[in-house]
Amino acid sequence: MSAKPKVDRRGFLARGLAIAGASLLGGCDSELSEQPWVKRILDSAEALTRVTQRALISPTALAREYSEADISKEFKANGSTDPDDEGYKAHAANGFADWKLKVGGLVGQPLELSLPDLRAMPARTQITRHDCVEGWSCIGKWTGVPLKALLDKAGIQPSARYIVFYCADDLGQIGDDSGKYYESVGLQDAFHPQTILAYEMNGAALPIPHGAPLRLRVERQLGYKMAKYVMRIEAVDGIAGIHGGRGGFWEDLGYEWYAGI
Amino acid sequence: MTTEVRREVIYRHSGAVRVTHWVNVVCLLVLLMSGLQIFNAHPALYFGAKSTFDDPVMAMRAMKQGEQIVGLTTVAGWHIDTTDLFGLAYAPDGDYEVRGFPWSVTLPGHRDLSTGRRWHFFFAWLFVINGLIYLIYSFVSGHLTRDLAPSGSELKHIGASIWEHLRLRFPQGEEAKRYNVLQKLAYLFVALVLLPLMLATGLAMSPGMDAGYPFLLDFFGGRQSARAIHFIAASGIVLFVVVHLVMVLISGVWNNLRSMVTGRYVIKLPEG
Repeated sequence: MSAKPKVDRRGFLARGLAIAGASLLGGCDSELSEQPWVKRILDSAEALTRVTQRALISPTALAREYSEADISKEFKANGSTDPDDEGYKAHAANGFADWKLKVGGLVGQPLELSLPDLRAMPARTQITRHDCVEGWSCIGKWTGVPLKALLDKAGIQPSARYIVFYCADDLGQIGDDSGKYYESVGLQDAFHPQTILAYEMNGAALPIPHGAPLRLRVERQLGYKMAKYVMRIEAVDGIAGIHGGRGGFWEDLGYEWYAGI
Repeated sequence: MTTEVRREVIYRHSGAVRVTHWVNVVCLLVLLMSGLQIFNAHPALYFGAKSTFDDPVMAMRAMKQGEQIVGLTTVAGWHIDTTDLFGLAYAPDGDYEVRGFPWSVTLPGHRDLSTGRRWHFFFAWLFVINGLIYLIYSFVSGHLTRDLAPSGSELKHIGASIWEHLRLRFPQGEEAKRYNVLQKLAYLFVALVLLPLMLATGLAMSPGMDAGYPFLLDFFGGRQSARAIHFIAASGIVLFVVVHLVMVLISGVWNNLRSMVTGRYVIKLPEG
């Protein structure tokens, strides 16, 4: 997010026609999507979308909040629904009584906070729509501590650009790494008033399928940004060196880092 | 019978119309195929803000019927067996696969939502830029009022035009220099209603845009309604393209194609 991406309209049109021509010649097959140059060209739209949406949407604009009556009777739990991690299972077995959230990285004061510690902090409750990248939406009520309050408490350093969330769940091996879920957001989303670390869903303790003990809510982006089973938070100045370098588990598999659409 | 016919070559389509037409062809093809890939990630539609999973307006699913698994398409409570087409179909490797639309019409062919999204959003941008160029040109140059807006008398005689189309009789001579009233209305509806509707419903599915512009949600009746309308409008465009192609084929395919490539269109006028 530091360097401004170059978006050249004429170049964009020309490149579009180039791939279009190639896709017709190639019979629109799947091989074409695997070509590095095609990937590079298609990827350029992400920067254009991010820059345009950032320009068009006020940083303080709130996602719509719904009423109790709108809450989904069946809220789909996607991705991991019961992490297969020994440490996590032990925490789950005793109701996360010994569990602590670690906050570190580029902060003045690293923190370790238990669930009662988090509950003692300022809380926000919001009934919002969860939009999955697959296309479905569910509405749920979330209560949690605003990420801003945590970052203020830890004293985020000026050099920090991203907040990274490390999770307990494992969705399969990717690259050289463990396959553990992780996510990251920029500071605009980190400090957004609706960005919370939720420990309650629909008025009860957050259930395991939905990310117990703590899940992230980033209400102006798609569901895969909202990491479940958050164990550790780190403030960093860049995401290139973390796992696949694209800022998240799904991002490393090809999904957009900016998931506002 | 030898009726003398004079051939007159007219300049029918301006460069801007020709270029934006073909760019649009490519965009719509890629958007449709990648859109079906995205649809396949959750092949069901709902009305309202949220998904009511057990009561979709439309869904393509694989279901057990007795011993067999069938592809079942549900539309407004009706169940239609669509095995081999929707819900359950052969994959390229010959195995049955549970999916909404078959591999032959999605981009990429295999199941790959992230790549489908990348194709979709890149070509969505190209479609928007190209569409803006077309609309600005059409307003400024007078293409819209001169060539596309039907006159009062044309609208009055629309019945006759429909009757002639049904008998596959198309305007000849002087009449053929202009679009006929059905063409005008169809093109206007696509350019000013259906295609902008695709963009607006697409944006209404963006959680970011919904936060910045909540009227998008109110206008379409919720995000899931916007998604359903996106699908229905896309079906409308497919229907338009089918009719358009049939018309191009039966009303002088080479003349039509030449006019949309070089701009030149041949009119046959009675000698005299």
